[in-house]
Amino acid sequence: MRSSFVRLGPLAALLLSFLFAGTPTTSVRAGAAPLLAGVFDPPRTAPDFSLPGSNGSEVSLARYRGKVVLMTFGFTNCAAVCPTTLATLAQARSSLGKAADAVQVIYVTVDPARDDAARMKEYLAAFDPSFIGATGTPSALAAVRQKYGVTAIKRGSGKDYAMVHTSSIFLIDRTGKLRALMPFGHDAADFVHDITLLLAS
Amino acid sequence: MSIVDATLPMNSLHARRSARGRRGRGVAIALALVILGGTAWASFAPIRLASHNELFEIPKGTFARRMAGDKVEILPQTIWLTLGLNDVLLLRNRDVVPHVFGPTLIMPGQSFSLPFAKASTYSFACTAHASGQLLIDVEPFPAPGWETLRWRLRRLTSTVWRLAGLPTTHEH
Repeated sequence: MRSSFVRLGPLAALLLSFLFAGTPTTSVRAGAAPLLAGVFDPPRTAPDFSLPGSNGSEVSLARYRGKVVLMTFGFTNCAAVCPTTLATLAQARSSLGKAADAVQVIYVTVDPARDDAARMKEYLAAFDPSFIGATGTPSALAAVRQKYGVTAIKRGSGKDYAMVHTSSIFLIDRTGKLRALMPFGHDAADFVHDITLLLAS
Repeated sequence: MSIVDATLPMNSLHARRSARGRRGRGVAIALALVILGGTAWASFAPIRLASHNELFEIPKGTFARRMAGDKVEILPQTIWLTLGLNDVLLLRNRDVVPHVFGPTLIMPGQSFSLPFAKASTYSFACTAHASGQLLIDVEPFPAPGWETLRWRLRRLTSTVWRLAGLPTTHEH
């Protein structure tokens, strides 16, 4: 028994002292994307559309070629997600200063029954008057959602129903390429970071 | 003479039993040290991954299999990621048609790389799941000790499950 300890003791002590030394856990990051948003590779041309806009004219992506477009889907009766997203985007534009002129936010409704152009204009003006709302027929809006893989499901009944919808924000570069998707929850600084990169690219 | 003849075999037997006992104890001690050492290694040795990407792919032919009525599950209900280790969700569509894959629509031959910088549980609408949503559970970097050991055990379990083709749902 004693001889076993004598033989194995130093070996165990060496092993344990090495392992318990507390070497920091590390790993190597390779090929990290420069954007903070999720990146499409290769990027495709963002599917275009033509919908009645909250500014009284048709909304299409082609119209904003040369600008970075931030596009999101929602509804004006949304209790939490949409107000948070729009406030964040407004804050990001405000932080960009003059560069904000090259940024366009488009908010596509998933609830055309309640969100007409006038309602969207009034709603969006509370966040940033430059924001453009897009509405239309249910089928036209569904077609746009399908092109972007956006879901929208009606929950509840009566006039107080809600819409469960995709909450991410699509980032489209100056050339009309769908470059990235920012999940809900990022703060304005993250948007400023990515917008700045897209404006420079 | 007779006394000597009677005691010699007994001494020899005791010696053999004693030797076997020492060997058995030695083996037990060695085994215990190996287990202890392995546990210590798994608890404190650095975790090294080749990439930060946690890759999920839609293989070619997925659409055809679904059209044929085959239920193809690619993404688990919950994806478990860890900051500083596997904190980039990489989705790749190798099929010939677009797929809504997790949080977005991905075209054929396209990939989508989504980095995470904050520990939280993220919920994405995903029609590919019966619940209608995909959860991505991003955990903080594990501290040396129990957290690192737990990370390795979960990683091992997850890998075995994936290799066995079983759903890798992580409940917390």
